[in-house]
Amino acid sequence: MTAIAQRAIPYDDPLPRLWRAVRRASPAPSYLFLIPMAVFSMLPIVYVISTAFKPLEELLLFPPPFLVRRPTLDNFQDLLLATDALSVPFTRYLFNSVFVVVTTVLLQVLICSMCAYPLSKARVLPGRNVIFGSIVAALMFAPQVTRIPQYLVVQKLGLIDTYGALILPAIAWSYGLFMMKQFMDNSVPNELIEAARVDGAPEWTIFWKIVMPNVAPAWNTLLIFGFIQMWNDSFSPLVFTRSEAMKTVSVAMISLTNGPAAIARQGAQAAAAFLMTAPTITVFLLRQAKVIQTMAHSGIKA
Amino acid sequence: MATDAFVPRGPALQATPRGGIALFWQKYGSSYLFMAPFLAFFVVFVIAPVVTAMALSFTYFNVLESPRFIGWSNYKLLFLEDDVFVIAIGNTLKFAIITGPIGFFLSFMFAWLINPLKLKTPLALCFYAPSITGAVAMGVVWKIVFSGDRYGYLNNWLLGIGAIDEPYMFLAEQAAIMPVIMFVALWMSMGTGFLVFLAGLQTVPTDLYEAGKMDGIKNPLQEVWYITLPMIKPQLLFGSVMAVVAGFSVFEVATSLAGLPSPLYAGHTIVAHMYDFAFIRFEMGYATTVAVFLFALTFGLGRLLMRTLSSKNEY
Repeated sequence: MTAIAQRAIPYDDPLPRLWRAVRRASPAPSYLFLIPMAVFSMLPIVYVISTAFKPLEELLLFPPPFLVRRPTLDNFQDLLLATDALSVPFTRYLFNSVFVVVTTVLLQVLICSMCAYPLSKARVLPGRNVIFGSIVAALMFAPQVTRIPQYLVVQKLGLIDTYGALILPAIAWSYGLFMMKQFMDNSVPNELIEAARVDGAPEWTIFWKIVMPNVAPAWNTLLIFGFIQMWNDSFSPLVFTRSEAMKTVSVAMISLTNGPAAIARQGAQAAAAFLMTAPTITVFLLRQAKVIQTMAHSGIKA
Repeated sequence: MATDAFVPRGPALQATPRGGIALFWQKYGSSYLFMAPFLAFFVVFVIAPVVTAMALSFTYFNVLESPRFIGWSNYKLLFLEDDVFVIAIGNTLKFAIITGPIGFFLSFMFAWLINPLKLKTPLALCFYAPSITGAVAMGVVWKIVFSGDRYGYLNNWLLGIGAIDEPYMFLAEQAAIMPVIMFVALWMSMGTGFLVFLAGLQTVPTDLYEAGKMDGIKNPLQEVWYITLPMIKPQLLFGSVMAVVAGFSVFEVATSLAGLPSPLYAGHTIVAHMYDFAFIRFEMGYATTVAVFLFALTFGLGRLLMRTLSSKNEY
């Protein structure tokens, strides 16, 4: 890799430059192929958004029209004002979700990155193989079943029905750690770290000022995954909390779709589905733009 | 955090003679401090539950009473007598072998195609959309498409063009259930792997491509093979491990489309089997046995992948 990079001397050969120009100027075939695929892929989101704005008579049609014909805000009003299907106001679920998800995701990304740094970059680290090996092994355990014994642990620690029960078990995120390590292996030049050490920089400074900016695409991507995964997760709040005031939006969704009033509440369901999806799209757009932007501007050479 | 705690590991410091523990701490202490928070949570909330799950697989445990040790009985039952489990393994293997590689390839292809484009963020959102909405919301959409009566979008269309005479029960016919599940799964496969590839492609320095051209790389395919793929190898490895795990733990797509249990178990998977015993029949002991089997399977395959893909030296 470095061998190739070293040969990257300035050149005036017209042929590669021409090819580069052609490649840059002709994204048309890609777009022709990608746009229809993208539209097809977008269908569920379009359906969710359009259903949230459907008036009652359109909701009851079968087969349901894919797009809304006469958009209305009735469903949102119904969801936020009428609470007969939910025992606490919808805004309470919303607060719980936002608080739990934001706290968890920030802690997840920080703690996973911190752990990945020595695993990837320490020259000698006794126990590295055992630690990394068990994290990789944990990656391959179907999450559905560790949840059963996890409940026993949460109960033993007296965390049932607290925010801790929703936040703490999610922090040791094997996926996040594995991904951060993979990125650090390849995207952070060892020479950079060695140089900083020779200059006497403390390890924390090296980690925070050199390693983290270099793996910005990785942790921005992790923020997206973590957010979407936590936001959509209904299992932990269902199992680890008891009182309704501790539940999250994803659980409220289930009460809305499964309760006795489910049929009559189709509009509220659709509005809740929209409110469920909107934050994830927002986070995706904010962070994904960041992934692209950071790399375009930092101009890192490997 | 106090920066004083992190002793720089310069050669000068290592030269000072000290006692064994002090020297060890001086050399590796900061590394362990960095890892400590993760490892603490990992041991309490991951290792302990996994070990408990393994122990429970040798017991009869119905949640209400405390677990009773029954030796290998669960395993004997699983391998010798449980016919439904055989169906579940068949379906899961079929699913993983077909959707795993195709999904992996599609994720890379789409990531690679949209990476040089100006509109990459909106396009990435479009391809990632099915993963955002989650299996349940999408199940609703696809159920309408594949609905077994004349009003289902697909039946309606097929009847309209005269391909079939009467509506086909896509979600009830044994032969159609797995193909429908695989189709929907492929459609939502632009998830984690796709975004990781996209992030990986961002980290490939552009001057490498120019250098490659100097070295005689002639077409985009050579460019992918000799530069892009080696450069994003860690992401490819991650993506393939994720694809294996996702393939073998298929559950939500299958149950949200075909139900649990599905007609004649045609859409039954290993995780569905586990879920059935854990949360419907409350036979946790047996459910963890299924989980341990699944773990052994994905772990073995994962190790194999890691060995073949990560031949590169680790620093």
